[in-house]
Amino acid sequence: MSYVPSTPEQRQAMLATVGVDSYRDLYRDVPKEMLLSHALDLPEGMSELEVSRAVSAMAAKNKQFSTILRGAGAYDHYIPAIVKSIPQKEEFLTAYTPYQAEMSQGVLQSIFEYQTMICELTGMDVSNASVYDGATAAAEAAAMCRDRKRRVTLISGASHPETINTVRTYCFGTGDELKVVPIKDGKTDPEALKELLTPEVASFYVQQPNFYGLIEDAEALGALTHAAGALYVMGCNPIALGLLKTPRECGADIAVGEGQPLGLPLGFGGPYLGYMATTQKLMRKLPGRIVGETVDDKGERAYVLSLQAREQHIRREKASSNICSNEALCALTAAVYLAAMGPDGIREVASQCTAKAHYLFRKLTELKGVQPVYNGPFFHEFVTSLPRRDEVLSALEREGILGGLPVEGGVLWCVTEKVPKSELDRAVAIVKEVLGA
Amino acid sequence: MKLLFEKSVAGRRCALLPKCDVEAVDLPKALLRENPPALPELSEVDLARHYTELNHRVHGVNCGFYPLGSCTMKYNPRIDEDMAALPGFAGIHPLAPKETVRGCMEVFDTARKYLCEITGMDDMTFQPAAGAHGEFTGVLLIKQYHKTRGDEKRTKIIVPDSAHGTNPATAAMCGYEVVNIPSAPDGCVDLEALKGVLGDDTAGLMLTNPNTVGIFDENILEITRLVHEAGGLCYYDGANLNAVMGIVRPGDMGFDCIHMNLHKTFATPHGGGGPGAGAVGCKAFLKQFLPASKLMQGGDRIQVRSFMGNFLVVVRALTYLLTLGREGIPEAAENAVLNANYLMQKIKGTFEPAFDRICMHEFVLDLSEYKKETGVSALDVAKALIDYGMHPPTMYFPMIVHEALMLEPTETESKETLDWAAEVFREVYARGKTDPAYLHDAPHHAQIGRPDEVRASRNPVLRYTKP
Repeated sequence: MSYVPSTPEQRQAMLATVGVDSYRDLYRDVPKEMLLSHALDLPEGMSELEVSRAVSAMAAKNKQFSTILRGAGAYDHYIPAIVKSIPQKEEFLTAYTPYQAEMSQGVLQSIFEYQTMICELTGMDVSNASVYDGATAAAEAAAMCRDRKRRVTLISGASHPETINTVRTYCFGTGDELKVVPIKDGKTDPEALKELLTPEVASFYVQQPNFYGLIEDAEALGALTHAAGALYVMGCNPIALGLLKTPRECGADIAVGEGQPLGLPLGFGGPYLGYMATTQKLMRKLPGRIVGETVDDKGERAYVLSLQAREQHIRREKASSNICSNEALCALTAAVYLAAMGPDGIREVASQCTAKAHYLFRKLTELKGVQPVYNGPFFHEFVTSLPRRDEVLSALEREGILGGLPVEGGVLWCVTEKVPKSELDRAVAIVKEVLGA
Repeated sequence: MKLLFEKSVAGRRCALLPKCDVEAVDLPKALLRENPPALPELSEVDLARHYTELNHRVHGVNCGFYPLGSCTMKYNPRIDEDMAALPGFAGIHPLAPKETVRGCMEVFDTARKYLCEITGMDDMTFQPAAGAHGEFTGVLLIKQYHKTRGDEKRTKIIVPDSAHGTNPATAAMCGYEVVNIPSAPDGCVDLEALKGVLGDDTAGLMLTNPNTVGIFDENILEITRLVHEAGGLCYYDGANLNAVMGIVRPGDMGFDCIHMNLHKTFATPHGGGGPGAGAVGCKAFLKQFLPASKLMQGGDRIQVRSFMGNFLVVVRALTYLLTLGREGIPEAAENAVLNANYLMQKIKGTFEPAFDRICMHEFVLDLSEYKKETGVSALDVAKALIDYGMHPPTMYFPMIVHEALMLEPTETESKETLDWAAEVFREVYARGKTDPAYLHDAPHHAQIGRPDEVRASRNPVLRYTKP
C-alpha cells in the first residue's frame, strides 16, 4: 500500500509523456554503484486492518494507570471532548505553515487568538506562535537575552532537570557559559543568586512553581536580577497562572513555559508546546512565527505572518533562531482549551489542583515515617520522604495508580483536578498498608 | 469574521468540571494574581461554530492540490491519527516506570530500525521536534566529535547558496562561521568552489541531495570524499528524502549524519505549522554523541528538549512505514519523481523550468523572462492560483533562481489532478499575456485580498485589545 492513486496504465502513460521507458531512467543522475542493490530490510506492506492490529498490539504492551499522581513536567489534566475534536478537523490538521495568507486566514486567526490568550495568562505584551516545548522555550529565551557584552546565562537549580540540560546544550552550541544557581530548602537561594549576578550575566531563569512544586519568591528574585542589569526569565506552569501572580507582576522580561497542561495528552513526552511571551521592548528578538493583524487591499481586517525579518528564511545565519516548524496544532489545542475554560474555569482548575494536592499532602504526612521534605507554599506538587519507597510505588502500581516520581530525599507527588477524593483515599490506604502505619 | 473575544458574553461558560470534593485551600494572598486573565467567555456551541468557521478558511491537503515545493505535502493517512489516539499511547506518562512502557519503546525501536535501514545509518534519536531542530542536533554531533578529538580549530560549516535558510541559521546556533559557496550553473555543488574553501578549519558540510532545485548531484561521492579528506563531516538535510527513499541511501552517499522530517517524508500531518518530528540518524562512530533525556535515559549527554521526542508523531510515522513496507517505500519515491516530471512536461511550453532535464521529486520554474515580457511576477502567478483552489508553489526559493516557483506534487496526486493543475497553469499563463492587471490584483475570489504586510510590520498588532 503506498497511497499512490495512479493506475499501472496511467503510470505507463505518464512515463511515456516524460519520455522515459522505466522508473530507473528517472534516476539516471544517481551513480549506478550507489543504487540500493537489495530490497529494504522491512516487512512487506500491510493492509490497514493488519497495521491497525500490529500497532494496537504495541499500545497494549503499555500499562495504563487509572490514576496518575506523577507530574514532573508532564501533567494529567482532564481534556474536554471539544479540545480533542477541534484540532482533528481535517483542514487544520493537514495544512502547512500559513505562508499564503489569502488561503490561511483560519490558521492565522487561530494563532492570533492563541497569542492573545497567552498574553492574558502571563500579563506580557507579545507572544509568538509557540516553540517545541517548555525546555526549548527556556533555551530560546536565554539566547534572546545574550548580547556582545553579556554572555553568561544563569538558571535556578530548582528548575526541571531536563530544562537545565536543554539550556546547557543550547549554550554549548553557541559556546556560552551556563551557571546553575544553588538551591536552599528546595528553592532558589537568593544569596547565591546575588553572588553569581556579575556584569557578564545576560539573564536568570527561574521555574514557577519549581521542580519540587514550591512557589518561588519570584518578585524578589526578579528585583535582584534587574539590580544587576540582567534580564529576568520565568518558566511558569500555565495552569498555575490561573491563580498565581503573573510573570509581568513579578517583573519578568520574558515568560515561557511548557504548554502541555493546556489540553494536550501525556503522549509519552510529546508533542507538547513551548509558549513564549515578552515585552514590547524585546518583541523583535522573539524567535519563531508571530501573527499580526493588518488589512487587505479592500481595507478588510486580515492576518499575516509578521515581523519575518527576524526569521531564518530571510536572515539565514543572522536569524534570531533556526526555528521553522513550531507546534501550531498544539497551540490550537491550547487555545481551544483556554477558551473552553474561560477566566473562571482556569481559576477553578488551578484551585482544585491546589486543594487536592494539599489534601493528599495532609493525608500522606499523617502516616508514620512520611514527612514533608520542604516547607513553604506549593501548588500541585510536593516532596515527601517515603520509607520502603520501591515497595510502596509497586503496590500502588499493582492497583492501577502511578505514584509520585522518586527524587532525592523521597517522592515528588502531583495531584490534578482529574483525581477524585475517593482515589486519593485509596492511594493513601495502599501506602498505609505497605508501611503498616 | 469575529474573534473569539468579540463573541464573548460575560457569564457564559462550558460545563466541564465537577464541584471540588475536598476542602478548598487558600494560598497566601501575596502569591496570587491581581486580576483573572481576560479569556473569552463562551458556551460549547459558540466554540464549535467559531472553529468550524475558522476551519472553512484553511486550505489543507484534504482540500485540494498543495504543490508547496520542499514541504512534501502528501496525503496524511487517517489510520495514523487513529493509532496516535490509542489510549495505550496517548495516556502514557513519559516518566512512568520502564517495565510499564514497553509498547512505547517498541515503537521507537521499530521506527529506528526501519529508518536506519532506509537511510543507511547505524543509530537514531527521535528527540528533535522538527527539521530545523534535527539540523541543530546533527551539527551538535559534528561539534562534539571534533571537540572530543581535541580538534578545536574547525570553526567553519560550508553551506551551498541554494540551501534552506535553516542550514546557515543552524550552523550559527552551533557557534560556527558559515561559509556560503556558490552553486554551479546546473544548480549542483561547484566542486572547484568547494575545494577552494575546504581546509583544516572545516568542521563540516551541510547538503540536501536531491538539492533544492530538484536535481540529484551526480558528484555526490566526490563531494563527500573531499570533505572527509579535509577532516570534516558531512551532514544530510533530509528535506528531500521523499525522492530517493528505498532507491539510494544517504549513508551510501558518504554522509555521516542526517535528519529526516517525519512530517514530510513519512506522511504525518503538518498541523498548520507543526508538530513535526526531526529524527536524526548517524553512523556508528557518532552514536555516543546522540542526545538523551536525563530523566528517562540517564547519563550526561546533550539534550535538545524534554523527554524522548514527539512520540505520537513517531507512532504515526511507524504506522505509515508498516503500511508501505519494503515495496511501498520505493514505490512512493518513484511515483513522487514521476509525478514531478510529468507535471513539468505538461507545464513546459508555457512557464519554463529553470533546469530543463529530468528532475527528482520537485522542480523550479523560472518566470524571469515571462516577467520581463508581461510584468507579471512569480508572486502574481502564485496569487492567481489561489482563485482555482490550488495552494501556490513555494515562491522565490531557492534564491539562485530569480522569480522562482518551486513545485512538489508528491506521489499521492493522481494523473487527473496533475492534468488539471497543468491546465490551470496554462490558463494563468495566457491570462497574464493578455491581461496582466488581472493577475496583479489576484486573488479575486479568496478569503481576503492581498494583505498589507508592510503595515503589519511597521505597526505591529500582535494581540487583540478590547476597544
